[in-house]
Amino acid sequence: MDDFSIIGKPTAMIDAAEKTTGSGKYTDDISVPGMLVGKILHSPYPHARIKSIDTRRAEALDGVVALVIGKDAPNPYGILPVGHDEHALALDKVRYVGDNVACVAAVSEAIAERALELIDVEYEVLPAYFDPEESMKAKTHLIHDNKPGNLEKDYHHAFGDPDKGFAEADHVAEARFIANEVTHAAMEPHSTLASFELDPHTGNMGRLTVWSSTQVPYYLQHKLSLVLEMPMAQIRVIKPLVGGGFGGKSEVIPLEIIAAVAARKAQAPVKITYTREEVFWAHRGRPRTIIDLKTGIKNDGRITAVKARVVQDGGAYCSYGVVTILYSGALLGALYDIPHIQYDGYRVLTNKPACGAMRGHGTVNVRFAFESQLDELAAKIGMDSAEIRQRNLLKPPCVTVNGLRVQSYGLPECIAKTVERSGWKQRKGKLPKGRGLGIACSHYVSGAANSIIRSDMPHSTVNIKIDRDGGVVVYTGASEIGQGSDTMTAQVAAEVLGCSLARVRVIAADTDLTPIDIGSYSSRVTFMAGNATLRAAEDVKKRIAAAAAKKMNCAAEEIVFRDDLVFKKGSAAPAVKRDRAEEAEMTQAGASVSGRVEGQILRGSLQQKRKEEGPKEWMTFEEAVVAAIDFHGALSGTGSYAPPPEARGGKHKGGGVGPSPAYSYSAQVAEVSVDEDTGEVTVHKVWAAHDCGRALNPVSVEGQIIGSVWMGMGQALTEEMIWKDGMLMNAGMLEYRSPSSVESPEVEPIIVESIDPEGPFGAKECSEGSLAATIPAISNAIYDAVGVRLHESPFTPERVLAALRAKRKEKALNLTEGVDPTAPERFREHGGALCFKNKGPERHALDAARRETATPVGGAD
Amino acid sequence: MKKELIELKVNGRGHELAIEPSALLLDVLRQDLGLTGSKRGCDESSCGACTVLVDGVAMMSCTLLAASCEGQEITTVEGVSEHGSLAAIQKAYGDWGGAQCGFCTPGFIMTVKSLLAENSDPTEDEVRMALSSNLCRCTGYSQMYEAIRSAVAAERQGMAAK
Repeated sequence: MDDFSIIGKPTAMIDAAEKTTGSGKYTDDISVPGMLVGKILHSPYPHARIKSIDTRRAEALDGVVALVIGKDAPNPYGILPVGHDEHALALDKVRYVGDNVACVAAVSEAIAERALELIDVEYEVLPAYFDPEESMKAKTHLIHDNKPGNLEKDYHHAFGDPDKGFAEADHVAEARFIANEVTHAAMEPHSTLASFELDPHTGNMGRLTVWSSTQVPYYLQHKLSLVLEMPMAQIRVIKPLVGGGFGGKSEVIPLEIIAAVAARKAQAPVKITYTREEVFWAHRGRPRTIIDLKTGIKNDGRITAVKARVVQDGGAYCSYGVVTILYSGALLGALYDIPHIQYDGYRVLTNKPACGAMRGHGTVNVRFAFESQLDELAAKIGMDSAEIRQRNLLKPPCVTVNGLRVQSYGLPECIAKTVERSGWKQRKGKLPKGRGLGIACSHYVSGAANSIIRSDMPHSTVNIKIDRDGGVVVYTGASEIGQGSDTMTAQVAAEVLGCSLARVRVIAADTDLTPIDIGSYSSRVTFMAGNATLRAAEDVKKRIAAAAAKKMNCAAEEIVFRDDLVFKKGSAAPAVKRDRAEEAEMTQAGASVSGRVEGQILRGSLQQKRKEEGPKEWMTFEEAVVAAIDFHGALSGTGSYAPPPEARGGKHKGGGVGPSPAYSYSAQVAEVSVDEDTGEVTVHKVWAAHDCGRALNPVSVEGQIIGSVWMGMGQALTEEMIWKDGMLMNAGMLEYRSPSSVESPEVEPIIVESIDPEGPFGAKECSEGSLAATIPAISNAIYDAVGVRLHESPFTPERVLAALRAKRKEKALNLTEGVDPTAPERFREHGGALCFKNKGPERHALDAARRETATPVGGAD
Repeated sequence: MKKELIELKVNGRGHELAIEPSALLLDVLRQDLGLTGSKRGCDESSCGACTVLVDGVAMMSCTLLAASCEGQEITTVEGVSEHGSLAAIQKAYGDWGGAQCGFCTPGFIMTVKSLLAENSDPTEDEVRMALSSNLCRCTGYSQMYEAIRSAVAAERQGMAAK
């Protein structure tokens, strides 16, 4: 059964050449005639009321075509139906440094930038909240008037009997963990091009086309329709190549709406591309999270209960926040067998850019805390830290105490394989001083079982069209963002239809052409769009088989599709190959001259001859297709996927987040060394086993595993958004410290295949689940190396050194001692990109980076 | 600012262009010549997505004045394919998963080209050092090393065949 011809084989992505030659088009690479450049004016204050905006000086500037402000598009929107708290441009208040105030559409970038400086905005500065625990105490100057205590949402869940669970425990550990804020920093800055057409019947502005760097074209179409008050059918969203998302493009980002609003007012196409600094302000990354965690275990290592109180510093808008805080609690389940879970989650608003979904959405920070504490407990009872994880395995198929259905479960094999490959048993505890090994596990959903917009619609639909040319065209709304979505689609279609990959063309993510797919988020594409593709291909295959069966005088069930051939089961590939070879010989000898017969191009006279012959044992794919079209009239297939009701989770409030038709599993061992003098941590190698169900394309699966581990390592060691009074101090790729090739460890990906009963060919997700295990694997390895348990990520030299000094009972080292936070002098003081000047937030008067606007050298032009 | 005429030689072809003296090479390539393969990832020479070769040397075109490149030989990613086929390094990046979202890929291809021109058989450490001028957020870089190794081997085989 495992004899596949396309899937399971390392395959270059079908768009690889576009990427390596530079011919592929990303949104910012697209231009249309008459296109204007849009630039956005951002708030310099973290929290302020807009008293007035005077745009006259800016509008008078030669080259400025339109200027839009909040009242040009006052309808609220937000990615979640419960969180419609954003506006295209601020209506009355700005809520973070970088919030959107106005947009200029001009004939050039330089003119648009100059115009921004001519917009006069009068603000009334309000007290601002930067710390979530302080923000929760707020009585006045709320960030949103309808959110008392600046609380976006809180959830309180108890599954099983947590008190009883803790009473049964022999050992209990309790601690506070803090994971600082990180962001996606995808290489492609967000970009949107919006263009209206004139309607031939009314003569007015009609349809809108938007090209955008999005992971969710359908949601974008939906939100545009809300804000612009246009029917969805009048809006076409096209997703060109997307230069990485990681969740940062999985909701509607302000520029996507602003570009459309500006294009409407300018009556001309408008393109907005964020600068790198604006990308950091747009953010939607992983929130700073405070986790108060308590775990109880028996002497044999079995977990009796877990209690978590999680506070997320969500930023100024809801974004995906309600979902994030639910994931943090829900995915305490489904990895290990935990009988009693108590969860209290608080999503808090602060005056900083909104946090949203980022790779491993909601699960990563809590997983860091949990896996660290489990390690601590293992040490307490003197148990090996790999073994304590093996003691707490689920016994699937099962439903967890919080209502998550688990079927395929490759975690035991993942642990066994990483332990074996890393030489865990021989090397753990025997490495030289300062060097250590750590293990941790994680898991993730293969697509959320419930969509954001509650409805019974399928989560993915795929159409396939096959025409007389023998070409297979797959129409899918699934969004390729670099993860290999289009390639997976082509592979699944080709495998089912037994045709070559070259025959398949994928048309994706264009709301005019492709059926609805809810997008690339929650690691849902392979599972859901893959299943829809599989069903569409089976649907069209059935039609071809019926026609071919007639030609071959057999039952349709006996027809086999493989290697671009259609033949009777058992009618032996040898015969086909022999015939094929003869044909090839004859065609090479010149027997083939393409001719136009009956209005169609046939490959040659041989094919025509074969067509006229009686019943045969085999047909080429084209012959079968032509026969099917002659028989049915047209050839198309459709398939869709919706998660089964039994996988949609419990009935409790918030129970819709966390359930998935299948979960991926990961186990990782990290080997690190710690310099005890400087506190610097070096990761030497990570062994990462990941249960992806079945690896449809092993190159892609390994790439996703390595990429997840690498991104987790970034969060563990260097990446951190540093704030001072609501201002991001490190809004640049180097200042944010995204690891380069010299800082990146070797990652050994180990593919584990548990063959999920509902996945397409057994496949599950592989793009997110691995990330969460890396951070605790590294922190556990640091403990193994130098005996300190770090409770705050990232594990920077300062934090490691502080922990080492505390352990040695030395005086705490305050590296920021004597530094005025309003005028920091250490390396992050310049606060980000060079492009900041004159259009970013206003600097503190003492800030060295502040420069008065001076006449450029050489005079004005 | 008043435009001035300059002559730029890009991928072996000469172009006469009217540009502002302050125009950056990246903007001229992308906007004036339509060569959008070179990408803008940051504006400040920190990500390397805009890397091109100027007289064979890898340079970041986002902080390079176009006017300063007059008389020099500029190669962009569009000029890497040979005789209508993918160059070995381009093929290898596809085969080994060196490109995922592909946005950083043109910059990496140019950096690797310049590395291999100087050192036809680099060690992994040398590769890591050379690639550190460019950032990637998808791959964790690992699959790029394999791609480069395989491209080096393919080039060598190609040479031997001749």
